[in-house]
Amino acid sequence: MKEFNPEYLKKVANDIRKGAVTAVYKAKSGHPGGSLSISDVLAYLYFCEMNVNPNNPKDPDRDRFVLSKGHTAPALYATLALKGYFGTDELLKLRQLNAMLQGHPDMKHIPGVDMTTGSLGQGISAACGMALSAKISNKNYNVYAVLGDGEIQEGQVWEAFMFANHYKLSNLCAFIDNNNLQIDGPVDEVMSPYPIDEKLKAFGFNVIVIDAHSLEEIKNAVEAFKAEKDRPTAIIMKSVKGKGVSFMENNVSWHGAAPNEEQYNIAMADLEKIAKELEA
Amino acid sequence: MNKEKLIATRESYGKAITELCSKYEDLVVLDADLAAATKTGVFKAKYPERFFDCGIAEANMIGVAAGLASTGKIPVASSFAMFAAGRAFEQVRNSVGYPKLNVKICATHAGLSVGEDGATHQCNEDIALMRTIPGMTVICPCDDLETKYAVKAALDTKGPFYIRLSRLASAQINEEGYQFKLGKGVTVREGKDITIIATGLMVERALDAAEELSKENIDARVINIHTIKPIDEEIIIKAAKETKGIVVAEEHSKIGGLTSAVCDVLCKNCPTRVESVSVNDEFGMSGPAKQVLDFYGLNSENIIAKAKEILK
Repeated sequence: MKEFNPEYLKKVANDIRKGAVTAVYKAKSGHPGGSLSISDVLAYLYFCEMNVNPNNPKDPDRDRFVLSKGHTAPALYATLALKGYFGTDELLKLRQLNAMLQGHPDMKHIPGVDMTTGSLGQGISAACGMALSAKISNKNYNVYAVLGDGEIQEGQVWEAFMFANHYKLSNLCAFIDNNNLQIDGPVDEVMSPYPIDEKLKAFGFNVIVIDAHSLEEIKNAVEAFKAEKDRPTAIIMKSVKGKGVSFMENNVSWHGAAPNEEQYNIAMADLEKIAKELEA
Repeated sequence: MNKEKLIATRESYGKAITELCSKYEDLVVLDADLAAATKTGVFKAKYPERFFDCGIAEANMIGVAAGLASTGKIPVASSFAMFAAGRAFEQVRNSVGYPKLNVKICATHAGLSVGEDGATHQCNEDIALMRTIPGMTVICPCDDLETKYAVKAALDTKGPFYIRLSRLASAQINEEGYQFKLGKGVTVREGKDITIIATGLMVERALDAAEELSKENIDARVINIHTIKPIDEEIIIKAAKETKGIVVAEEHSKIGGLTSAVCDVLCKNCPTRVESVSVNDEFGMSGPAKQVLDFYGLNSENIIAKAKEILK
């Protein structure tokens, strides 16, 4: 773990947002809303917390990251590019024919992607398998997974949570991106997963609720996860879908739509403004 | 063929993973609350620290296997074919097949020979489902020895495997010294008039049919296709050229299984009349396994009838 520098990490998160929005704009397709809501946790994990090395992406002892809500790949790809796994020019070819960056994370072809995801509910099971592997091989790595609050409507997620508790996977940290919006509307109107915290407590998890956009709260929650030796941890992140881009914030229509040129310019101006504020 | 020694391939499988375990330090076994039936329980008894029950949650089991494989483990995941290939199809496709992970799915209780449990548990669709997944190797061994070699080949070969196993005890087709080659069919009886291509427990019935046909001076070749994907095109094309037609015998739906695989090969390379002894487009029903197989025509009598139809 590197020294915690929240001002630096906020800038990284803002750069991730710029990269994700630009990639979706260039691709004319993709999922900006949920990419923007998880940018802070990605910045924290990859630039402060996780033991990973872009020059040795397959290191067997590295920490693992599984984007179970795989449709928000643009944020992961922007993070990996900033970290140096591949050039940022790849972001401009997202979703293009024969490009490396597939619509959803593809571990076979993209350096730094630890698990192929995109079909909701499946990533968390794979994360459990990785965590179990560490336990039975006496390895010390941790496994971080990010799930959507809509994604947890999938029954497989609860099969995985049951498994994580049963095998005492204390090296598994599941973030729930609780932005309260899914394609058809607010999650509690479509199919309420609430109360998420009580459900996870009943499933045996160490449950922590935080503000998804506070680097300090993310750090403290991850510290609490690492201190927990008996149970898996779930960090429920109260987030804003579309965070950082004025017209996308809390607007479900930006779940899976690309901005046009005019909208893109506004989005980048919003993020540039944040960058300037962070400089000051 | 030895009909005195009847062994279900699920039994052979449980024994095989247990015997092979000491040579494969990364091997771990997963099951979904069916260890007593799939025979992974044999492994569990000897290597409890390498056995992980996932409970009745097959979708998660396949995902866990994918995660384990991504870290270098060799997970062998078992359930009934209905749940491993059926319920968890999309997990197998997206979490195992697409990333080409080194997961071995060993599914027991395939086909009608599940018997008494009836249609909900008689999976006649698994070969079709599994062979549509790019990069998936699909094997259906016919006896004890072949199951052992198939399991070993799966452990020795990187990538996703689906091994289809039976509940019903069946005869021994192969003898000690048998050379198993992944992707290669086996001519278990030479013949020049007609060819019966069979897989799994239908190989026994194909040999019975060939024996009966010989009494009427019909010389039937019998080919055992254990590896359904990638299929041995050469042996099939050769049989089509050298004999007057093909009868495919499989304990699976006519749609998408070995019948389809054989036809795929022949319609391009050597258009030939193909008859199929398999499950029609319908569901099974409860009953003692052999009676169910007979009821649906999966027996040597029907193979003989189809062979004669071609030769008529």
